[in-house]
Amino acid sequence: MLESYIPIFIVMFFATVIALGITFSSMLLGPQRPNKEKLSTYESGMKPVGTTRERISIKYYLVAMLFIIFDLEVLFIYPWAVQFKKLFAEFGISIFISMFIFLVVFELGYLYAYKKGGFEWD
Amino acid sequence: MTLEIVLFVIFALVCLVSGILMVTRVNPVISALFLVVNFGSLAGLYLTLNAQFIAVAQVIIYAGAIMVFFLFVIMLINPEHEKRFLEYKPQLKIFAVAIAVLVFLQIAYIILFSKPSEGVSREVAASVKAGTIEQIGRELFTKYVLPFEAVGYLLLSAAIGALVLAKKKFK
Repeated sequence: MLESYIPIFIVMFFATVIALGITFSSMLLGPQRPNKEKLSTYESGMKPVGTTRERISIKYYLVAMLFIIFDLEVLFIYPWAVQFKKLFAEFGISIFISMFIFLVVFELGYLYAYKKGGFEWD
Repeated sequence: MTLEIVLFVIFALVCLVSGILMVTRVNPVISALFLVVNFGSLAGLYLTLNAQFIAVAQVIIYAGAIMVFFLFVIMLINPEHEKRFLEYKPQLKIFAVAIAVLVFLQIAYIILFSKPSEGVSREVAASVKAGTIEQIGRELFTKYVLPFEAVGYLLLSAAIGALVLAKKKFK
């Protein structure tokens, strides 16, 4: 079974090797003449102000939460889509209806988010 | 067979090391990034255990969406306050240790004393088939339609809950 995943492992292997290789080769091969100015935190040429730990807005939380929910939603559609033709031949329209109910329930949440301005940034 | 064992050991080691590194880091953002490595190696473990769909779901949901969420939440709170919080309430560490021991005992009990579930075939071919997306789709839309629809309502309630918390009123 795992043999069919060997291409994925090869891609993962090369991605890791290239990422590490590029990072470390520039460390090893490039000239390094550090001074205080060069090592200071880059802030568009300004003098760095404040700490790294700034608290961010709660709006990001909403975006992340909605992303998880929509992501999960889509995940349930994959097995349905893959098996749809076979199951449709076997069980008929009920397979379509079960996904339709799921999507309708979910679209209620989508509509609520839309109406409440969940997709707006203000 | 040996390839699977080798991969399993590699993924298990990566999983263990990244887990330990995650718990011991001081900077929570670095912890979160080690958690990504942990989730990725966990996906590899699922793959070696013939749970292909779970492995993909692990990458999409946990390493993707949940990690974005974790990072946002870490940036939402101010971790500097958390550090001081533990400094003037050191007795909280006792609770942390107690809960950790409790969870460890539970896991040890499950591993040592539980029996394999009934009706699970020991054949490799059957377990490969059970983990495929086709098989999961078939089971989900024939036997488990009702739980599937319930998941729809659960997601709806989660979406509404998040919106109620973060958005106060209608436009």
